[in-house]
Amino acid sequence: MVMEALLLTVIMTSVPLILAATGEVVAERSGVLNLGVEGMMLMGAVAAFATTSLTGNPYFGVVAAATAGTLTAAVFALFALGLATNQVATGLALTIFGAGLSGLVGDPFVGGTVDGLHIVALPGLADIPVLGTLLFRHDLLAYLSIIMLFVVAWFLNKTRAGLILRAIGNNHDSAHALGYAVLRVRCAAVLFGGLMAGLGGAYLPLVLTPHWSEGMTAGRGWIALALVVFASWMPSRILVGALLFGGITIMQLAGQARGWELPSQFLSMLPYLATIAVLVLISRHRNFALTRAPANLGRIFVGVK
Amino acid sequence: MKINKILILLGVLVVAALAYMTTSKKAPEEQASAPDDKQVKVGFVYLTTPGDHGWTYAHEVGRQKVVEHFGDKVVTTYIENVPEGPDAARVIRDLAKQGNDIIFTTSFGYMDPTLKVAKEFPDVKFEHVTGYKRAANMATGNIRFYEGRYVQGVVAGLMTKSNKIGYIASFPIPEVIQGINAFGLGLRSVNKDAEVSVIWVNSWYDPVKEADAAKVHIAEGADILAQHTDSPAMLQTAEKAGVHGFGQSSNMKAFAPKAQLFSSVNNWGPYYVRKIQALIDGSWSTGEGPDHWAGNTWSGMADDFLVLSAFENMPDDVATAATKAAADIKSGANKIFTGPIVDNTGVEKVPAGKTLNDGELFTTLDYYVDGIAGKIPG
Repeated sequence: MVMEALLLTVIMTSVPLILAATGEVVAERSGVLNLGVEGMMLMGAVAAFATTSLTGNPYFGVVAAATAGTLTAAVFALFALGLATNQVATGLALTIFGAGLSGLVGDPFVGGTVDGLHIVALPGLADIPVLGTLLFRHDLLAYLSIIMLFVVAWFLNKTRAGLILRAIGNNHDSAHALGYAVLRVRCAAVLFGGLMAGLGGAYLPLVLTPHWSEGMTAGRGWIALALVVFASWMPSRILVGALLFGGITIMQLAGQARGWELPSQFLSMLPYLATIAVLVLISRHRNFALTRAPANLGRIFVGVK
Repeated sequence: MKINKILILLGVLVVAALAYMTTSKKAPEEQASAPDDKQVKVGFVYLTTPGDHGWTYAHEVGRQKVVEHFGDKVVTTYIENVPEGPDAARVIRDLAKQGNDIIFTTSFGYMDPTLKVAKEFPDVKFEHVTGYKRAANMATGNIRFYEGRYVQGVVAGLMTKSNKIGYIASFPIPEVIQGINAFGLGLRSVNKDAEVSVIWVNSWYDPVKEADAAKVHIAEGADILAQHTDSPAMLQTAEKAGVHGFGQSSNMKAFAPKAQLFSSVNNWGPYYVRKIQALIDGSWSTGEGPDHWAGNTWSGMADDFLVLSAFENMPDDVATAATKAAADIKSGANKIFTGPIVDNTGVEKVPAGKTLNDGELFTTLDYYVDGIAGKIPG
């Protein structure tokens, strides 16, 4: 019983990470390093909370979050793709921008509360003991995160459009020579990444805790970025990474509740330490990690006119 | 090129907007009339925003009581959302430069920044809330929050069926440890078997983390929750799960009408009024000696600094016991930290008949009393 409740919390903690990482993996496979995920998640969170607070309907909030994330990504695309600015600097600027703007927009909503997304129990499946509660009694966004993970995996690996996107990420000059619209595809990928990051951000105030507070994503956007590397840019492994991070986050709280004698400040660091440790371990296998990175990740493309 | 000119214009606009937005937010109480020589200017530094319906909201209520009490004789200014840390010094310095006569900094983490600025402005009076460092022109003010915790412990002990209490704590500073220990003493006074487990979230205000900690406590079997953090997230989680909890700083009943047993409400108005009046009368002083103990204002239920909201969602006999416990504390009959006090390993820490004095409450509580599980971190 205890384990079941804890596992459910772990799964719920992983959902925003899965959503944001799934979007980012598409952007990165197309060759764009979007470091603005944290800012986009915060914009999504504040949009979701504000809209739900004003309209009373959390589904409007979800739509608003997707829109906010996409619009923030559009700013990134304007600069990094349209004006060929350095992607790292632009992404960082967007994170700071998103954090600040969301704080400003969200200020009147601090202390308020909303009715979040409702649980939709899948008929029949939800009655399976243990697994039913863990997997089939969730809200829309949680189901969407898993569905999108599979859709993106299928898209990248099994469709022609996905192949083109990956080709652009690996060698944009050759792709351009072959006549593919490099910037247009990258722009679409970045916007999709922003949309998913917005949805990931929306999960926090709509499901995890019906509040808004400034900076409430607390670094989850950065963890999502790390997860993409952890997963070697393969969507299938994002799920494992997200559950690992979510698991450690909840486990450290449970450990404190059970009286573990490690300092709580150290335990708070654990999820982030674990992510770094795993990244280090993965990167030691040169064949494993680096060769899988899209070869043109982060490189500026300027089409030869 | 045209696009460069557009970008330069955009850049100038952004910088101008930033410059405008980074000027401090002022309270709507700025006087329109010409400043009077005898008008006292009071500054407040808030950690979060009054909209948090918690810690800062209580301070804002206090500030409004100041305005109500003194009317034209004071001008108040507040700056909100000031993070704890070195940058706070800049904000406090700004308030001092603006000519404020007395500045209240309303969070523990402002302690060192306030001390630093106090040394630079010897003519301005500083009041640091919930700290323990003072100077000739820097006093401290605090509420005996632990008095409310004792009553919470009593109610928890009588209400719990699982004998497991979940406590969500922020940082292991003396004030928080006092609260946990007072809770434990109240608990043990009515229940010999219940145990409190503490989760530290290392933040004053983080709704997601507080909700997670609450969920973990509930998963582990706790049926009563308490918090020393500032958001209503814990109570809302409790309401959803059908368990009970205590509100913090302000009355959080609106967030959890079925879950809240009562809230410890901070009433800062009397403290603010007292100190501003002292300044006006010329009697503001932190006394002599390196500790400047005379500058420490620390009161609780006796002076209505701490008020307990109505007891709800509990049977009548529990409410009666709680009322009696509160009355005993208010009258001084129960000083709470009176021996014998045994720590959670069985060692007697305070002998029978001795009551810990104010200084000892800050310096000697490096243990959990019987009833609290685990060890203080760090």
